Amino acid sequence: MNDAFVIEGKMALPYQYFAGAVGSKFLVALRDEKQILGVRCSRCGMVFVPPRQSCERCFSALTEHWVRVESTGEVTGFTVVRYAEPYQPKKPPYVLALIKLDGADTPIAHLLECGDPGRARIGMRVRAVFAGERRANLLAIAHFEEDPAGTQEGHSPARL
Amino acid sequence: MSKNRNAAIIGSGMSEFSSHREDVNQPEMIHEAVIEALRDADIALEDVDCLLHGNMELFEMVHQPDMWHVLGDGARGKSGLRLTTGGTTGITLACAADNLVASGLHDVVLAIGFEKLQEGHTTGGITNMADPLWGRSLQTGALTGTGAQKVIDEFGEERAKLAAMKYRTIMDEHAMRNEKAHRRLRLERQYIKETADNSPPLVGELRMIHMCSQSDGACAVVFASEEKVRALGANPAWIVDHETVHREETMVFGSMLSTQRAAAERLFARAGIANPRGDIDVFEMYDPSAWWGVDWLRDFLLLEGDEHLKMIENDEIVLDGPFPVNPSGGVIASNPIGATALVRVAEAAMQVRGTAGAHQVSKPVRRALASGFGGTLWTVLMLLSKEKPERRVNTHG
Ligand SMILES: [Zn+2]
Repeated sequence: MNDAFVIEGKMALPYQYFAGAVGSKFLVALRDEKQILGVRCSRCGMVFVPPRQSCERCFSALTEHWVRVESTGEVTGFTVVRYAEPYQPKKPPYVLALIKLDGADTPIAHLLECGDPGRARIGMRVRAVFAGERRANLLAIAHFEEDPAGTQEGHSPARL
Repeated sequence: MSKNRNAAIIGSGMSEFSSHREDVNQPEMIHEAVIEALRDADIALEDVDCLLHGNMELFEMVHQPDMWHVLGDGARGKSGLRLTTGGTTGITLACAADNLVASGLHDVVLAIGFEKLQEGHTTGGITNMADPLWGRSLQTGALTGTGAQKVIDEFGEERAKLAAMKYRTIMDEHAMRNEKAHRRLRLERQYIKETADNSPPLVGELRMIHMCSQSDGACAVVFASEEKVRALGANPAWIVDHETVHREETMVFGSMLSTQRAAAERLFARAGIANPRGDIDVFEMYDPSAWWGVDWLRDFLLLEGDEHLKMIENDEIVLDGPFPVNPSGGVIASNPIGATALVRVAEAAMQVRGTAGAHQVSKPVRRALASGFGGTLWTVLMLLSKEKPERRVNTHG
């Protein structure tokens, strides 16, 4: 059909996001101490990293129960980014992984550098590589790298 | 369609309303309201069968916020729906909660409205409200000058302006008694004229002082079935009925029946309300600006001529007056948009339940009315009562 017209449009989506007191405490410890903090639910026994104000399961308040977890952990899932667009953190191909840190029960998402992206696998032992200049965001950890010698034995989160 | 059973509001909670909530993220802010609502209803999260979640589309530039808000709202493992109908979202949540409970589908429903305007860009969301080909360039949300001009044209500049500022001042007096209210300005009646003249004009005679605030906040309301009310020994505000009316304003300008009057006529006819001012004890109105507050009072109460102006001039709408309007301070004081219309319902229920504290009206409250407003000229009305409704109301009368 030749006479059906299209209205072209474009919209901007500006936003900011308030990390809140809980998210900010995590970011400050990461930036200033190179420490990774979580919170423990004393009822469910779960350790949440990233930290949450309340337990989604039992609704308990968690912010009195901060813990420090290890900067080593295990890949629980990953994807390989192979296309390029302007706002990516690095040049593709690269690996985005879900990493469950030792002492935590929930994973965080971060960059994984393991040489050839094809080497990434679930269960891979990894460790955090902190950035030299750190700001209060997740890129205070530059990326995670493979930690072939690492084991998950005997890690219990330190109470703060 | 008729109700299978009655539903009642048995508790409500609100976060702090403020222009900035840097201390909490979205689920954390919602959590504050949910915890307070559960405590007010004296129930545990386990008692809730279904969660309803709503806010303005795109106002935080977030898609499907209900997904990650589970972290704070308690929705994990429960039935749930997300609803968004613009400014009316909050009261649409209340209507849906009533429907879900009255139908027999769920015994206890928790309705949650929220907005965190500081995080997003409202214009980005609201300009997308209208049809891109026919009406988008006209779209301004509630920032319109016609509301003020209409009242001025009908009643003359001096009387109209005084009525709008008197209304505004009364709302502030009420907000001063509501510790949750966002803007509490301590306006003084003797300086009404100066306050208006010194306020920056927005559109025509709609000035900053007349306009609602931009607030961050959340509201949560617990709805329960008749059987649950009895089993819990709850203090209920029963839902008598609700009505939704809307039309596309950019299509027909002018003399059509207002959605406010249309909604009121239908609801009152079904509920047997012949004299709204006598049969209803308190009204929580979604008043986006003082000018619309003044103008809509006439339509909602089915008044004629200048009866609505006289109500304002004679102090009838004050907290201790014969027909209190917005004991909470209304939308001009606090406007976390996705929560705002649910706050109207919550406040009306608090008046019925006698739990409004420092802004509880002094007269006994048997019936309370709550309204919601949104684009494009949506009106939703909900009628609550102290006494359990006797007859099943036919909601498609
Ligand atoms: Zn828990």
